[in-house]
Amino acid sequence: MELKDLLNHTSEWLKGSGPNSDIIISSRIRLARNLANTPFPHWADKKQSEDVLNKIRDSFLKVDYLKKTTFFELAKMDSVDKQFLVERHLMSLDHTQKANSKAVVVDDEEVVSIMVNEEDHIRMQVMQSGFNLYEAWNIINKIDDGIAKELNFAFLSDWGYLTACPTNPGTGMRGSVMLHLPALVMSRAIDRVLAAIAKLSFIARGLYGEGTQAMGNFFQISNQVSLGPSENEIIENINGLIRQIIEQENQAREVLVSKNKPLLEDRVNRSLGILKSAHIITSQETIELLSMVRLGCDLGMVKDIDHRRINELSIITQPAHLQKIEGKKLSAEERDVKRAQIIRDKLNIY
Amino acid sequence: MLCNICHKNPATVHLTEIVDGQMSELHLCEECAREKSQAMEQQFGLSDLLAGMADFDKPKNETSAMVRAVKCPNCGLTYVDFKKIGKLGCGECYDAFRKYLGPLLKRIHGSTQHTGKSPLKVTKVLKKRMDIQELHNRLNKAIETEAFEEAAKIRDQIKELEKKEAGKKE
Repeated sequence: MELKDLLNHTSEWLKGSGPNSDIIISSRIRLARNLANTPFPHWADKKQSEDVLNKIRDSFLKVDYLKKTTFFELAKMDSVDKQFLVERHLMSLDHTQKANSKAVVVDDEEVVSIMVNEEDHIRMQVMQSGFNLYEAWNIINKIDDGIAKELNFAFLSDWGYLTACPTNPGTGMRGSVMLHLPALVMSRAIDRVLAAIAKLSFIARGLYGEGTQAMGNFFQISNQVSLGPSENEIIENINGLIRQIIEQENQAREVLVSKNKPLLEDRVNRSLGILKSAHIITSQETIELLSMVRLGCDLGMVKDIDHRRINELSIITQPAHLQKIEGKKLSAEERDVKRAQIIRDKLNIY
Repeated sequence: MLCNICHKNPATVHLTEIVDGQMSELHLCEECAREKSQAMEQQFGLSDLLAGMADFDKPKNETSAMVRAVKCPNCGLTYVDFKKIGKLGCGECYDAFRKYLGPLLKRIHGSTQHTGKSPLKVTKVLKKRMDIQELHNRLNKAIETEAFEEAAKIRDQIKELEKKEAGKKE
């Protein structure tokens, strides 16, 4: 598989299907693993990092569950390609920095992606559409077992899988769920919800993970504690919290509709109107307007557009995607024009 | 009003800063304000936070010189390095800094006992240690349910395994 093959392909997690897919965009599990007796990436010298990369590449070839994957070495990629993978949520922004001896492994369906030599030697993730952490866990658990047959992981019976940062040992697991919470934001109840989440030792973050801002009413919620509870307990804890947030968002939506339906319909349709007719548009504005259209879709105010198309648009209008589509570097101004054109094309088909 | 930093764009963000008890006002454009806030975040990152937490965990009867001298035999990272960068150097660091890390992990996670999965290919020693733990659990259960015959059998098994392991160490 080549990177450009991904362009015409909708990632599994973007299909807009799966349980609670009106509020939950996707569910993701990531596991951090490190090789025993080997310095962690930040503490390894060049030779050691190269050795780790080669060792991991060789071992992945023997893992059945990784048969349909491609191994991309970051040192061989330009900045647009790396950004492209970040925009598709296949790797972190951190992973694009100092690209030497780093790689990302991606499967054809974009369900599985594995970063090599990020903060830990191995950071694997599995993404699913909708509210579906258990399915993500089932898949990643098998891949982890497959890799563990080939590589010796750093592990202690009391502290579990050992990681570079002391915030991650134990299960080495982070489960996260991406939610769309426009009604909680509009009714200004979101601060209360986010404060409660922090109190319960969960983290709420923006669209692109660590250090990113919440955009277009999208939030990622994940566990903070990785040592102590088992993987299933962690998932059950997240699920419990997410179910409550879904309920709160649904209640807030009902209140919004019953109190001021015309205002809501106006905002939804104005948003759609701008998207359908703008000739210059930034990615920030796009995400915000798409968020409103998405809400309109959930509430039956928008009929001819589905989640899948909205999800797709939110990805392909990102800067690196536009440049891959156009096949050349574009300035910020050129991107705003190209973005508007793609959105018009995608939304004006009946 | 123009931005105090770039003196080009109109100021839209108004910031009051208190440094060493001195209050100063800054009027910034959006772009400069963003840069400023990023710089502030970097000043106080996760590693500072962890390093700060790690400081509390120094056992009372140890001098800072003693703590400074602790070094991981596998990768050479010192405890001082860890406090500076907030990251361990390798898996073996966890054992090397065990007495300082235990309290830190407890504070971060609220627990210091992993209960999740373990690698299929755990080393034999580890596997044996886990077997013994498992047998202890079964022993306790047997005693609880007053299945004493079963308990005696398990006790013998534990003795046998522990004897083997002790023999290897010598």
